[in-house]
Amino acid sequence: MIADPGSARIWLILLVAQIREQPARFFATVAALALGVALGSSVYLVNTAALNEFGLATKRLVGEADIVIRGPREGFSETVFVDLARNPAVIASSPLLELEVAMAGRTDTLKVLGLDPFRAAVLQPAIIGEIGEGVFQLFSSDAIYLSSSAAQRLTLQRGDLLQVTVGSSSKALRVLGILSESTYPQPLAVMDIASAQWTFDLVGRLNRIDVRLSPGTDVEAFRRDLGTRLPAGVLAVAPQIERDRAITVTKAYRVNLNMLALVALFTGAFLVFSTQSLSVLRRRKSLALLRALGVTQGQLRRALLGEGLILGVIGSMLGVSLGALAAAGILKYLTADLGNGQLRTAGATLSAAPVQMLAFFFIGIIVAGIGAWAPARNAARQAPARALKGGDGNYETAARTSWRLGVVLMLFGAAMAWLPPVGGLPLFGYAAIAALLLGAVLLVPVITLRGLGLAPRTHRVVFDTAVSQLRENVALSALSLASIIVSFSLMVAMAIMIYSFRVSFDHWLVKLLPADMQLREPFGNDTAFWSAEQQTQLRTAPGVSRAEFRRTRQVLLDPARAPVTLIARGANDAQIAADLPLISAAAAPAAASASAWISEALQDLYGYKVGERMAIPLAGRMQQFEIAGVWRDYARLSGSIVISRPAYSAATGDNTANEGSIWLDPGTSVSTAEKSLRLRVGNGDALEITGSTTLRERALQSFDRAFVITYALEVIAVLIGLTGVSFAASSTALARRAEFGMLRHIGMLRGQIMGMLAQEGLLSSAFGVAYGLALGMALSLVLVYVVNRQSFNWSIDLAVPAWQLAALSAVLIAAAACTAIWSGRSALSQDAVRAVREDW
Amino acid sequence: MTEPVLRLKSLAKRYSKDRPAIFEGVDLELRQGEYLAIMGESGVGKSTLLNLLAGLDTPDHGQVLLEGIDLALLDDDATTLLRRRAVGFVFQAFHVLPYLSVEQNVALPLDLLGCPGPERGRRTREMLGAVGIDSLAKRHTRELSGGEVQRVAIARALVHRPRLVLADEPTGNLDTRSAAQILALLRAQVKENAGAGILITHSRTAADTADRILVLEARGLHPLEKP
Repeated sequence: MIADPGSARIWLILLVAQIREQPARFFATVAALALGVALGSSVYLVNTAALNEFGLATKRLVGEADIVIRGPREGFSETVFVDLARNPAVIASSPLLELEVAMAGRTDTLKVLGLDPFRAAVLQPAIIGEIGEGVFQLFSSDAIYLSSSAAQRLTLQRGDLLQVTVGSSSKALRVLGILSESTYPQPLAVMDIASAQWTFDLVGRLNRIDVRLSPGTDVEAFRRDLGTRLPAGVLAVAPQIERDRAITVTKAYRVNLNMLALVALFTGAFLVFSTQSLSVLRRRKSLALLRALGVTQGQLRRALLGEGLILGVIGSMLGVSLGALAAAGILKYLTADLGNGQLRTAGATLSAAPVQMLAFFFIGIIVAGIGAWAPARNAARQAPARALKGGDGNYETAARTSWRLGVVLMLFGAAMAWLPPVGGLPLFGYAAIAALLLGAVLLVPVITLRGLGLAPRTHRVVFDTAVSQLRENVALSALSLASIIVSFSLMVAMAIMIYSFRVSFDHWLVKLLPADMQLREPFGNDTAFWSAEQQTQLRTAPGVSRAEFRRTRQVLLDPARAPVTLIARGANDAQIAADLPLISAAAAPAAASASAWISEALQDLYGYKVGERMAIPLAGRMQQFEIAGVWRDYARLSGSIVISRPAYSAATGDNTANEGSIWLDPGTSVSTAEKSLRLRVGNGDALEITGSTTLRERALQSFDRAFVITYALEVIAVLIGLTGVSFAASSTALARRAEFGMLRHIGMLRGQIMGMLAQEGLLSSAFGVAYGLALGMALSLVLVYVVNRQSFNWSIDLAVPAWQLAALSAVLIAAAACTAIWSGRSALSQDAVRAVREDW
Repeated sequence: MTEPVLRLKSLAKRYSKDRPAIFEGVDLELRQGEYLAIMGESGVGKSTLLNLLAGLDTPDHGQVLLEGIDLALLDDDATTLLRRRAVGFVFQAFHVLPYLSVEQNVALPLDLLGCPGPERGRRTREMLGAVGIDSLAKRHTRELSGGEVQRVAIARALVHRPRLVLADEPTGNLDTRSAAQILALLRAQVKENAGAGILITHSRTAADTADRILVLEARGLHPLEKP
């Protein structure tokens, strides 16, 4: 970096002096960079730990299989397994029944794996290995093994009974043993397959077969061929897909968290940029002197760049350490899914990732380097003779000529916002935001000049001097405003997006929860449901005026994607169309086949269009439906399909339900109705029954909780931006000591100078906040209509939290003005004579 | 006859193309041991001439040869390296770094030249002693009087024994007594270090401390006519 020992010493002297003179600025810049790096690295570490754990669990479950055959939860005929076992290319196969089982008195579910212990010994050796000799006891019809985390969660020990719910009645299973944590770290129960089939009323049914092929077999070709011969809705999947699904489902969430980290880094880079620019401006005569004494342009550029890089090195070291600590804390005290609910993994542990941490370390340094580069280059290019004489250098020229690049970047950003996602990620959307942000910052000087040009001459000395000062030092104003504009506009954009999402989410809840109460069996379970008779009993419970029931289940449309939720609801198509929050609908109702309404995620992920036909695997056959409309679904990221209950019953013969909406008679309270409903079904204590108002409140609370981290980061980003303004104000005030001294010499009162500073602060911060507000609104359009849509595959309606933004703007303007006054006060504390004499 | 330390040939400079040259036809030879004063009216371009001599600015016409090297043939880095080694500066406005101590300021040229630690310390102490501020070595320059700061600047200009010392109004900000001391000191140090020096000044008293006095006018440098 530094060419010779002499200049290395100069660099060191300058650096130490700089830190000593401005420690607060140094540490705040370091803190901003550390925050970005810490956020990025902790999100990475936690996600990696979660995905590793998920991958490990999947590998233990899938074991040594080459192919996994998966069917719907209610299973497919055992004959598929018999045919497969006869295939000469298959050297081992393991029939399985994998179910999310409802339990009496609990609202969560337990994954139960029904397996053939002898066949599983080949393909799932890790699980069967520990059962060892206990394998013969496993054949007992009520025997079940629990993993240690399942036993812990259910507070069960060896010999205890586990009550599972089948339909709406309860069955008891005996805990035969506990598997150690090293065998399987996640909650899991293992049974003999015949016992599982009998217990869960699925005799003769399987829903998974693991297959091992003889060496030399083309696995992919075999999988493709097998796929054509399997019943509808039964798919042959490569084991890797199982893990990839988790990665795909959580990808958008992870990328968005990483983008927040980038926002912090971006703000950090701006802070480095403004800090270094102002520092160079403040030291321009010192630096010119060094040039006069024989420091070359390159040496000066490298020394100043080195200052920025040192900020990066310290910030990155702190950031990576903090990131690792935060990740360890999150994994220990919270969950590894970072609140997205998609990766339910217990026991995920932090693993060393030196290469990735080194990458984050260098990202921080590079960001600091980018921020420091332009000021270093500008300072090195200053003509030393002119700077020594007190000239301002060419910052202003640079600022005035940057508007062209600003316009180009803005146009570029606007164009990129129209591009489609890349690999399911809104990469162009993020690039559009970066380009718009950078372009808008480059336009600040020219817009400031135009804006100040409109300011009238009032002949009030304080105001006129303030305007003139801002006009003459537009480059300095732009620098000081850059960090607040960047951080505030990003905050505004995020606030508008989150508010829009919240308003849309609330409207969605109101539309979907018109009844007084909601009831359901444990979410995601495969075993508990209400028969037609039980539905009648619930409907005729005291205090119930009307009840509607739904059947939800999973269907697998594509082996590479997560299962899709099928919801059978409504008595007919007209009722569905009226009840769903529809985005678009077909012009005419389906004539030839039953109708299906797909969620936006399904439309985006599978490319279906309204009016087209789609095949849904039901009861072992591909049933044809016509897509009657697209609806908004904020609950299911992987997509969902709604069909009418009569259409579902006709296709499957299944009249059961596992969710319902209840309307109450006038005067009946939710708690009274709840009691009578619980008495109507066998496993009433396990029913989730909630008043719609409470459900809506809870949903909104959990929505707000999910965005707490985002809000906190936004506040930090704005604080960092304000710190930038404060640094700029104090630098400017210091640089203007001689001016203040001169003004005092010619008779300006101390109070008048303070007033001038306050008006300058108010004018510039009001401009910065207004500009940030306008820019933030533009960015929010990209976030709402591009980034959100492409990340999560659902739309939201734009809504602006006007009052919150107005209040925040007022606070920011006041804070920035106070900062300006405070900075001026310290500069004014010096006596006027010394200030005028002092040249530096 | 040895090569002059500095030679100027037909030097001319204008501030912009549409304005006449501020000076032209400036010729000069300065030999080792010579101490020259340049006087002139305000705005005639004395400081600009000094910047041209140091390679901090470029002439519109003519040549500057420092130690026989034509500065026009050097790029910015080469000019800077030559200036680092061969030139010492003293400014009217002192221009010392406020965040460094007296000895750190004085040692700056030695630092730039990569002078080894012990040698740097010895020469810095010697120079501080020579200008009479060795007791202030650890103080910060913001704590010193104007005369003391200018002594720091002189020490810094001479510590690396440059062939040419350029002083631009070095006593412009000082009282008469301090000014006389500084001028005597500057002359003595230039002579003692066997270099050459150019003193730019308004003051006839200051100019009288030099070996010869030239006056800068629009049409070149001319010897001062004795009254």
